[in-house]
Amino acid sequence: MSVAVRTKPARQKPAVHNDSLLHQIRKNKASYLLMAPYFILFFLFTVLPVGMSIYLSFNYFNMLEAPRWIGWANYVKLLLEDDIFIISLRNTLLFAVITGPVSYLLCLLFAWIINEFTPKVRSLLTLVFYAPSICGNAYMIWNLILTGDRYGYLNGILLRLGLINEPILWMQTERYIMPVLIVVQLWLSLGTGFLAFIAGLQTVDKGMYEAAAIDGVKNRWQELWFVTLPAMRAQLMFGAVMQITQSFAVADISIALAGNPSVNYAGATVVTHLLDYGSTRLDMGYASAIATILFLLMVGTNKLVQHVLRRVGE
Amino acid sequence: MTEKAEKKTAKIPFPAFRREPAEMTPEEEEAARQKRLEKIHRKMKRRGGKKKLNRSTAGNAVLFILMGICGVFMVLPLVMIINNALKPLDEIYQFPPRIFVRNPTLTNFSDLFVLMNESWVPFSRYILNTIIITLGGMAGHVIIASMAAYPLAKHKFPGKKLLFSLVVLSLMFSWTVTQIPQYLIISWLGINNTYGALVLPAWSFGMGLYLMKQFMEQLPDSLMESARLQGANEWQIFWRIIMPNVKPAWLTLAIFQFQQMWGNTGGMFLRNEELKPLQYALQQITSGGVSRAGAGAAVTFIIAAIPIIFFLICQSSIMETMTTSGMKD
Repeated sequence: MSVAVRTKPARQKPAVHNDSLLHQIRKNKASYLLMAPYFILFFLFTVLPVGMSIYLSFNYFNMLEAPRWIGWANYVKLLLEDDIFIISLRNTLLFAVITGPVSYLLCLLFAWIINEFTPKVRSLLTLVFYAPSICGNAYMIWNLILTGDRYGYLNGILLRLGLINEPILWMQTERYIMPVLIVVQLWLSLGTGFLAFIAGLQTVDKGMYEAAAIDGVKNRWQELWFVTLPAMRAQLMFGAVMQITQSFAVADISIALAGNPSVNYAGATVVTHLLDYGSTRLDMGYASAIATILFLLMVGTNKLVQHVLRRVGE
Repeated sequence: MTEKAEKKTAKIPFPAFRREPAEMTPEEEEAARQKRLEKIHRKMKRRGGKKKLNRSTAGNAVLFILMGICGVFMVLPLVMIINNALKPLDEIYQFPPRIFVRNPTLTNFSDLFVLMNESWVPFSRYILNTIIITLGGMAGHVIIASMAAYPLAKHKFPGKKLLFSLVVLSLMFSWTVTQIPQYLIISWLGINNTYGALVLPAWSFGMGLYLMKQFMEQLPDSLMESARLQGANEWQIFWRIIMPNVKPAWLTLAIFQFQQMWGNTGGMFLRNEELKPLQYALQQITSGGVSRAGAGAAVTFIIAAIPIIFFLICQSSIMETMTTSGMKD
């Protein structure tokens, strides 16, 4: 409850007069000192490279010759001439629209259910659901499951059950690629947001449940909506940003399972397209333009989602 | 009961809600509230101290069945990794494929150890490199990101909103294209081919700061006020008041960062064989094709096992904190 109240003053801009600004900086020396180590590194290793990438998106740069300024040419080519970009954009939006909200809700639901158990069981269940994310490339296991010959687990099972007569080339058949990738992405998606929710639920003040019960909250769902969710709004925001960055940046699983390029680009996403140009064709300028477009897409989505999340518990 | 909470109740639209009739006097209202409080306490006692609200059995069943199915689905790869590591070579290539091992053996591991002894850089060196990179990258990030998150969450100063937006926005820029500029900067700083090339950028990841800031924002201001009145400076407040209260947050961050650093093969920056991490050496071993499938399964097992152990340690301490922390107002 207190969070909702406190976000407002934080958003007020401090009065910016030149000498009062200096005065304020001096007054807040301790704050700046605490932030200095992080932000020096952050500017060096993140802000500067991102700035340089955005600059490069207006250049032709093949990593051997010096960048050559070509203005908006990369963007014009990307948006008007590149058919594969349109395919990959469509696939990415499909990923974002399906896996984004579904896995966000799954993260929340499972974190909430798991929170009911005793601490030992809770740790174990958290591990079970987090297992796919914990070892960097656990999704490689899907290669075993989806192998196109009789040795693949899925084909093996289906053959034994007599559902199919010959093995299916799962990742080489255009119509299976996207559904399979969506399932794998969902399976992988109980990651960052999920653990943040688990931790967030630990910090909800237990007294608030009691107070709510007195005020007449009747069942679990009301308790979730009126007490738990408002109390962990900060984590919900965090989880949403993480979900957006994950579902818009799907690439690894597509490359590992369907290859890059995949059959008829059926599994292409914006990031596989970017990797194609960045690391195979060595056209860094073009790759940077793709990254910038993707960035704008995510920022827009984020604005929208944060707007919705502000209304939670109202 | 505070005014805010009462306002909340009034807004709740459910018809099932208990509302006091308007003509009740404050005293009566207070008495009614006391009665309900007693009832709840009685209920809590009856249920062994655990507060449980009524929920439908059918709803429960649906939730748990859904969770059970998903759980099996999620844990499957873990089961496969463990079983594969114990399978003799003929079972790995068996048809029809089986998930569970029939003749468990440790040959895969002994094969792996033989291969490890053949490497010209002693394996202990790879392990040391991994410890430096993983623990250094993790601990440094948790500390300096939390240090930066505290003022962003709790102080007011010029530029606060801008700095925070930059961090959140940075999460959305594809790291693939920033690699080249980053490489140039790392070379320019002269830390290429050192541990620093991996560890220092890891300290500045955006997610950690965002996570810590979100958790710190929820802490009541009164915590810091009372510490300030007792003469604590900002550093002491951060270290003794804030950090202990957001323990679930930084333990979670430690899990993320450990995983991130553990998965790092150092490919782009570390060229000296003596600096490469374990992950790299293990992957080299398994790139030997079919005959090394057994050792490969053992490697997969080890690569997964270490972060899982770390995860379990951190998660169980997260669960511990919640039973001991009571410092909320």
